[in-house]
Amino acid sequence: MSVGLPAYLAVAACLFTIGVLGIFVNRRNIIVVLMSIELILLAVNINLVAFSAFLHDVTGQIFAMFVLTVAAAEAAVGLAILVTFFRNRGDIAVDHANMMKG
Amino acid sequence: MDLSAIAFDILAAVMLFAGAAVITARNPVHSVLFLILAFFSGAGLFVLLSAEFLAMLLIVVYVGAVAVLFLFVVMMLDVDFVSLRSGFAQYLPIGLLVAGALLVEMIFVSGAVANSGAAAHAKPIAANAASNIEQIGQVLYTDYVYLFQAAGLVLLVAMIGAITLTLRHKPGVKRQNIADQTARTKKTGMTIIKVVTGKGIEE
Repeated sequence: MSVGLPAYLAVAACLFTIGVLGIFVNRRNIIVVLMSIELILLAVNINLVAFSAFLHDVTGQIFAMFVLTVAAAEAAVGLAILVTFFRNRGDIAVDHANMMKG
Repeated sequence: MDLSAIAFDILAAVMLFAGAAVITARNPVHSVLFLILAFFSGAGLFVLLSAEFLAMLLIVVYVGAVAVLFLFVVMMLDVDFVSLRSGFAQYLPIGLLVAGALLVEMIFVSGAVANSGAAAHAKPIAANAASNIEQIGQVLYTDYVYLFQAAGLVLLVAMIGAITLTLRHKPGVKRQNIADQTARTKKTGMTIIKVVTGKGIEE
């Protein structure tokens, strides 16, 4: 294997940046924002696995597994909230989501 | 340039293209499908790093569960997605500014770490070492058993939360309540009324 650690870190950094940009430009569309968060977490996982492979320590992969768990839980609860929101409001325009304003 | 380097280049390019397509696609269904492509390519990168178990986990959990969940929600919600894209051009300049600064910073930091950190010039795990699944199995249920249980608890809480949020009780639907049925006694279940002849009883 001739691909070094810097290449993996650069790819992960690019993917992380794409995710952050996605949150910025799609901030009205909450579904795409959730997908951008998944992209960011994938970038984090690539970093963890790359360091795990190059440091010969499997702990990074264990950590990536827990990140995966939390990401799955977050997606499930986020989409459930979205479905409830849509049921109550009839749309998913989150920039008008001020029903809980005190 | 050996085969793994070519595979890395292709997988990384496909993953970045799919990631860019996720955030720019007009149709959210296309976004979800590009997300699936990005996760497949990420799983390929994990295989190149000889993290096979995590690669399979990524495909099973993300492509099999999370992406399908996204697809369900996108198709179920009857939303005008064109109006949701209205701020795209408005937020693009500031987004590009922040993203560009972030990318430059991260490339610098990761380059410095990779060239002079603890992992500098290290070779990845040799193919003849213990298999990936064996290494994970040796630590996951011993050193990290409490974290493993906590992860299960997180999933349980997420499951209960999602069900509680989306479960809907329709009015006017009669449901069987076992506790009410078994708690019924002669006293609560029946009343004795003296009926006057010729008049009947009122409800």
